[in-house]
Amino acid sequence: MAITEENPGYKWVGTRPIRPDGLEKVTGKAQFGADLMLPGMLFGKVVRSPHAHARIVSIDTTAAEAMVGVKAVITGSDFPDLAANGAHASDIDVANNAIAREKVLYEGHVVAAVAATTRDQAEAAAKAVEVTYEILPHVLTVDEAMAEGAPLLHEGMITKGVDPAPEEPSNVASKILHERGDLDQGFGEADVVVEREFTTKPVHQGYIEPHAAVADANSDGRAHIWCSSQGHFQMRAYSATVLGVSPGTLKVTAAEIGGGFGGKTVIYLEPLAVRLSQRAGRPVKLVMDRDEVFRATGPTSGTRIRVKMGVSQDGKITAAEVWMAYEAGAYSGSPVGAAGMTAIACYDIPNFVVEGYDVVCNKPRVAAYRAPGAPMAAFAVESVLDDLARDIGMDPIDIRLANAAVEGTQASYGPKFPRIGFVETLEAIKDHPNYTADLGPNQGRGVAAGFWFNAGMMSSATVHINENGTATVVTGSPDIGGSRQSMALMAAEELGIPYESIKAVVADTETVGFNDVTGGSRVTLATGAAVVDACRLIVEDLRARAAKTWDVEVDQVEWVDGQAQHVDGSQPPLSLSDLAAKSGRTGGPISANASLNSRGVGAGFSTQLCDVEVDPETGVTRVVRYLTAQDAGRAISPDYVEGQMQGGVVQGIGWALNEEYIHDQDGVMENPSFLDYRIPVASDLPMIDCAIVEVPNPAHPYGVRGVGEVGIVPPMAAVGNAINDAIDVRMTDLPMSPVRILEALTEQSD
Amino acid sequence: MKYIAPSSVEEATSLLSTSPSAQVFAGATDVVPQLRAGRSAPELLVDLKKIEELVAIAKDDDKWTVGAAAPTANLTEDEAFSGEFPGLSEAAGLIGSDQIQNRSSLGGNLCNGSPAADSVPAMVVNGARAVIAGPNGTRVLDVAEVVTGPGQTSLEADEFIVEFELDRMPARSGDAYLRMIPRTEMDIAVVGAGARVTLAEDGSIEEAVVALGAVAPTVVRVPDAEAALVGGTADDETLSAVAEAASGVCNPIDDKRGTVAYRKQVAGVLAKRAVLIAIERAEQRNGSK
Ligand SMILES: Cc1cc2nc3c(=O)[nH]c(=O)nc-3n(C[C@H](O)[C@H](O)[C@H](O)COP(=O)(O)OP(=O)(O)OC[C@H]3O[C@@H](n4cnc5c(N)ncnc54)[C@H](O)[C@@H]3O)c2cc1C
Repeated sequence: MAITEENPGYKWVGTRPIRPDGLEKVTGKAQFGADLMLPGMLFGKVVRSPHAHARIVSIDTTAAEAMVGVKAVITGSDFPDLAANGAHASDIDVANNAIAREKVLYEGHVVAAVAATTRDQAEAAAKAVEVTYEILPHVLTVDEAMAEGAPLLHEGMITKGVDPAPEEPSNVASKILHERGDLDQGFGEADVVVEREFTTKPVHQGYIEPHAAVADANSDGRAHIWCSSQGHFQMRAYSATVLGVSPGTLKVTAAEIGGGFGGKTVIYLEPLAVRLSQRAGRPVKLVMDRDEVFRATGPTSGTRIRVKMGVSQDGKITAAEVWMAYEAGAYSGSPVGAAGMTAIACYDIPNFVVEGYDVVCNKPRVAAYRAPGAPMAAFAVESVLDDLARDIGMDPIDIRLANAAVEGTQASYGPKFPRIGFVETLEAIKDHPNYTADLGPNQGRGVAAGFWFNAGMMSSATVHINENGTATVVTGSPDIGGSRQSMALMAAEELGIPYESIKAVVADTETVGFNDVTGGSRVTLATGAAVVDACRLIVEDLRARAAKTWDVEVDQVEWVDGQAQHVDGSQPPLSLSDLAAKSGRTGGPISANASLNSRGVGAGFSTQLCDVEVDPETGVTRVVRYLTAQDAGRAISPDYVEGQMQGGVVQGIGWALNEEYIHDQDGVMENPSFLDYRIPVASDLPMIDCAIVEVPNPAHPYGVRGVGEVGIVPPMAAVGNAINDAIDVRMTDLPMSPVRILEALTEQSD
Repeated sequence: MKYIAPSSVEEATSLLSTSPSAQVFAGATDVVPQLRAGRSAPELLVDLKKIEELVAIAKDDDKWTVGAAAPTANLTEDEAFSGEFPGLSEAAGLIGSDQIQNRSSLGGNLCNGSPAADSVPAMVVNGARAVIAGPNGTRVLDVAEVVTGPGQTSLEADEFIVEFELDRMPARSGDAYLRMIPRTEMDIAVVGAGARVTLAEDGSIEEAVVALGAVAPTVVRVPDAEAALVGGTADDETLSAVAEAASGVCNPIDDKRGTVAYRKQVAGVLAKRAVLIAIERAEQRNGSK
């Protein structure tokens, strides 16, 4: 269901053609990261730390090197010492996370890698690498890491963002602060104040395809990498840093990708595969097991968040105070910054303090995950807002409408909002039949909202017109959410030729201009704008060629419905295929490039409505009805927009109900499989109903905002609010698993 | 590693007695993941699915005979069987997914020795017997006696189960199996509860068997629940007694899948609910077999 503000009469934009990658994927032909086979290729295996925190005393590789079939064994000392070279701190972290030097900082941290003729040989050799560790005390949570006298991961870590800077090192990497107005005055004006504390566990992106990379190094120092990632230009940059080479010596080809959700914007295997290939003189393939994916990649932060909010009787939020601590895992860089900026961004609040801490602990380094940082903060803020609405007897949509950010509102994180569609998403929920559908016994209904910036960044595109007038659209943005279809739809609209006449492809790092990662919901916006720019250059060129053919001025030629027409109709029109066929006589091949740094992002808002049923005797919660309303700006490809909206919700429901990292006392992950790390299965979910809201982004030629992320922001609070409605229990700790719900119900009845 | 698919029970037993590191398998839905995880490395894998008796499903006037290696999909799709033993059929139908059930077997589910195996409580409440072949011929053992602990069975290394026998379901009888999992499928039971009842002509409960899975090292019967049910009806008081007895026999572990307190409480809930379903089914089976 689409709510379209105005219908600009597009022919292709907004249609639902067959997806271009479907056939190859359902027939198994598509080549994912692990599928590539090269002649003479070796199989690699990574050696990982069994300890959460330890000093590497020694690594003995002699036994492994002597084994049958083993062609190379590498350790941290096979890579340049970036710290000694005075590299940037964040690059040093990337390198140390790829392969540990002095210390291992989490269970699963890489200490060595081997390459051998067969997989079995590689596995046996990996087991034969002898690492001696001096085990150190570890910290697993923000509570442990921030405690007085906690063991330190990085002895020199001085908290940034605190003035004056602390003298003693700690596990707190940085502090963020956003303030406005006068908190005391704000709470003084409130009729009701609610304060609660929440915790969330680290959760994994849960992409189905494990990380995989193949590297083929040449003796001249150049190397070719094939990998599954969200950005092969970024993989090139990071790999070059870790290997200590110029990015230009590496060529990276993007494989088809089986999910990323942010988790494939970082490197793990690529530089290891290159070094192994260099040492062995043969191509090397590295593929993670699911177990390794859980132990050493992703996840997003576990958190502790306190929220205090006050409202007046008429539903106006008078003050908000938010304190949050986010686990960063082994190296600084949790998404607490974004969390601080998004936590209350949906609302126009006169008085607030938002304070946050980025805290390292002995778990895998967190990676981006859909709207990084925002969902946990929203879980806390939207739960408290729900309580406030109940306390003053106000409808949950109405309280949000009463405080909603609109065009011109000073966002909590600084700038004034341009045109945004938050109010429209709230109204879309209210207007939907789900809002008034009957609820059965033990059922409850919850509402929650969320905000995400959406990113812009840099993109390049090339458009080629083939000799028969069809077109090839080349970008460097790996397609993880349907971007090939969206690129082709926008190109069809611009060129005036059928969608079916356009093939969109993702080219390697040597074949197309630079593209930032596929992340931040940016590809349809920024890469899409580059495609539109390139198409417009083509159209200009085509008009010039028609003018030349007719011997008239260019301004006498219009481009309409895929053909050049003379303004007064005095010439028979020239179609794109006519012009393509004659291109040799009008200046040669027809082709154009466009590169840009995005001209403006469009913030995304989502409001969601969830109905659950809770079994009061077993604590099992089933989602029985779910509606998500999201401002897409413009849905270029509604099928894929709905896919993104539904996907975000489904991941959010998993996060809400069952997903969590479980560690034992030694800091070893206990549930590194999809059996015990429970992402939802299809039968767990109702059809996720979608209301696409379209409030165009003025900074994009079609009004695109980006849709990949904000959908995961509201679900945890929506589910929690629905559970509260069903059984009158406010769940403040994620996941809201059957065990926790039954405990809460038992406490309530005591 | 070697693979052999014998075509007779004799051939299979002689293979097992001559190769000390041999392992039988049926669907291999437990065996393959264990091999992959490096948890076992037999020298010889003996495929039981090529032996006729092991995949056959048959009935006569007295009993059903279910091949130990028959794909559970064949069982759940058998309308006569599922009509007579809906609880056992549903339990078998909970194993994994359609793909898994096209391979998985009752023999494998039992002999893998998982405390959470779904078909086992349902077999136990129905008094299923295992026909076991060995070098000296066959012996018959109650299913309840086969598993001795997690991953452990009372079978000798050169023995395997040929088939299961189930007496025909009497009139006014019904069975049921329920499990608690956090998801709706592709999960492992946190608690499983099987029940079977036979009603007297006057509607009172004549016989009752209740068994629980996933709450102790092996499947456990709940004698106090059975005693509370027999001779009466399933009124609220009796059902509370059933729940309390079920919670009481639990000897679960605290682990990533559930706490002791949770498992105990939910064992009671599921036992009660399974008994109610079994009674309802028994009431519907007023006639003959
Ligand atoms: C994705 C997935 C989901 C699953 N979900 C469930 C579930 O929901 N519930 C559940 O209970 N299980 C589940 N399982 C486990 C498994 O599928 C079942 O236990 C199944 O019934 C095993 O049957 P099988 O024939 O495949 O056993 P196999 O793997 O062939 O054998 C299992 C064990 O039994 C032994 N064995 C097999 N046949 C005999 C015999 N005739 N005599 C003596 N020993 C024998 C084997 O040596 C082995 O030790 C799941 C497994 C997977 C992979």
